[in-house]
Amino acid sequence: MSRLEQRFADLKAEGRAALVTFVTAGDPGYDASLAILKGLPAAGADVIELGMPFTDPMADGVAIQLATLRALDAGQTLAKTLQMVREFRVDNSTTPIVLMGYYNPIHRFGVEAFVAQAHEAGVDGLIIVDLPPEHDAELATPAQAAGIDFIRLTTPTTDDARLPRVLERSSGFVYYVSVAGVTGAGSATNEHVSEAIERLRRHTKLPISVGFGIRTPEHAAAVARLADGVVVGSALVDKIAHAQTHKQAVDDVLELCSALAQGVHKARLN
Amino acid sequence: MTQTNFRSGPDANGLFGAFGGRYVAETLMPLVLDLAREYEAAKADPEFLEQLAYFQRDYIGRPNPLYFAERLTEHCGGAKIYFKREELNHTGAHKVNNCIGQVLLAKRMGKKRLIAETGAGMHGVATATVAARFGLPCVIYMGATDIERQQANVFRMKLLGAEIVPVTAGTGTLKDAMNEALRDWVTNVDDTFYLIGTVAGPHPYPAMVRDFQSIIGKETKEQLQAKEGRLPDSLVACVGGGSNAMGLFHPFLDDLSVDIIGVEAGGHGVHTDKHAASLTGGIPGVLHGNRTYLLQDADGQITDAHSISAGLDYPGIGPEHAWLHEVKRVKYVSINDDEALAAFHTTCRLEGIIPALETAHALAEAIKRAPTLPKDHLMVVCLSGRGDKDMQTVMSHMAAAEHQEKLA
Repeated sequence: MSRLEQRFADLKAEGRAALVTFVTAGDPGYDASLAILKGLPAAGADVIELGMPFTDPMADGVAIQLATLRALDAGQTLAKTLQMVREFRVDNSTTPIVLMGYYNPIHRFGVEAFVAQAHEAGVDGLIIVDLPPEHDAELATPAQAAGIDFIRLTTPTTDDARLPRVLERSSGFVYYVSVAGVTGAGSATNEHVSEAIERLRRHTKLPISVGFGIRTPEHAAAVARLADGVVVGSALVDKIAHAQTHKQAVDDVLELCSALAQGVHKARLN
Repeated sequence: MTQTNFRSGPDANGLFGAFGGRYVAETLMPLVLDLAREYEAAKADPEFLEQLAYFQRDYIGRPNPLYFAERLTEHCGGAKIYFKREELNHTGAHKVNNCIGQVLLAKRMGKKRLIAETGAGMHGVATATVAARFGLPCVIYMGATDIERQQANVFRMKLLGAEIVPVTAGTGTLKDAMNEALRDWVTNVDDTFYLIGTVAGPHPYPAMVRDFQSIIGKETKEQLQAKEGRLPDSLVACVGGGSNAMGLFHPFLDDLSVDIIGVEAGGHGVHTDKHAASLTGGIPGVLHGNRTYLLQDADGQITDAHSISAGLDYPGIGPEHAWLHEVKRVKYVSINDDEALAAFHTTCRLEGIIPALETAHALAEAIKRAPTLPKDHLMVVCLSGRGDKDMQTVMSHMAAAEHQEKLA
């Protein structure tokens, strides 16, 4: 059983949803970013999405664009991102890590080398925004052959006709992008999320995580009552943007993570 | 060259060899697939084609002339040089050929709002123009750097009723404007038509824009046949994303006697870090929905392009060009900023035509090449746009050059 399967199975047994947290690797710098990464599980993150910075994050809003620039300015590279995962794995062998980003840095790195090194480093899944199922052969197939899950984004525009194509090779979990838009923008209503999850469940048995526009413990709790996972990204990344020092960035991200975790944990148990 | 059919691409997945494709976020996939279906239907619909022909003739002013550039030919002392006069089109460049086609498609699809990216502003002006003509609201994304150097076009777009959104991300040039347009599209999926200005982006854009621009090559073929009774020996066009070049080249790709030359912007030189020559100085990667040659660093981060001409200032190139480069059907060369400026002045003085700085790159290559060729060699240069928009840039370069001279 993969780390992702195990984690979602355990949480299902506990009767609660997963808190999935997104931060950009190398933001605001390598050491502080590693400290955040290492601190997230204790602060209540159940699954970690780690952004691979790219100069042209076409599907991201301002918060993650700026995070990307901070990381790149601080010298982050794909090789360093893999190194962060290795260092994280030294004392954590249970929290799944999903790398999220755009295809070009992997294309440049070389798919074969990337898949091998990501697997060896302890990466559990990939979310590649600009690789739809039409391009599965490029990365999804070799990644899954190496035991790395390929997590698909489904969106409000993914209709019933297209959904099977998108879900066909999905593994790990399904990420429902609850609004048509960039990261960090508006948020969907509970009714929309509820209907969307119902529709997705007709097509897949995979756990469903919902993201985009979720910023507060209350909102996270509301989504946690409906979905198997709640993804928070821009709100955490904003904490880094507003911090005066790297230490404050680490503290503030972990503090918000704890608050979000409390919201998510309470959601189904009461 | 073993292949003889260079005009059959792309395949069903939008690929020209290994280039092209549909590398977009899932939110956009249904839209891109829908657009491909709608475009296929439209181009088989006689009514659509009739409408297109009407607007090409009565609104754009086609066919524009194929003009014998007699004094430039004499000056070079070799090949006989013809200009395909795209700068005489309504709005002053080839861009409108594509905009008319896409706006007709947008109307046909019932879209209520147009968005576009622009570099030099020519595509922005052409989009704002067709938006006004067809009564659609229009938002143009333009890099802050480009807004600064293309004031005249910014004002034209405003007059035409477009909303211009300055993009400060990155270097504030064309690629950043394209990122921002994609973000708008992903947010406004229901009613918005993204009018891409060049032969790039996810399938079907590269093929669709090429088809709408191919009128350039089709007319050239007929006009030269009428004037000279034969095919040209060579074609020369500038390449940023590459839409005027693709439009001129495509109808000739299977005429193997025709040498085809695409001219990239060499900036300060392709061996420096300030150029926009994606084929000469880049490597394959994935950006803005397609796999193509890109300027990028060892980590796969996109690097900044540089060119004196805002319209060529893009770190990528259309995927069909990438493929034509790999199969060696088209030869791609580069022309530096100073060579383009010199050709700009030469064309002003000898032909009484003020070309766009983008076009000046093609002219520079023609001026370099013509003297080495026999007098019966027929060369067609795509005069892709007029230079009114570039007055400020040329003025500041002339002032800087004068200053240098005084110092020396």
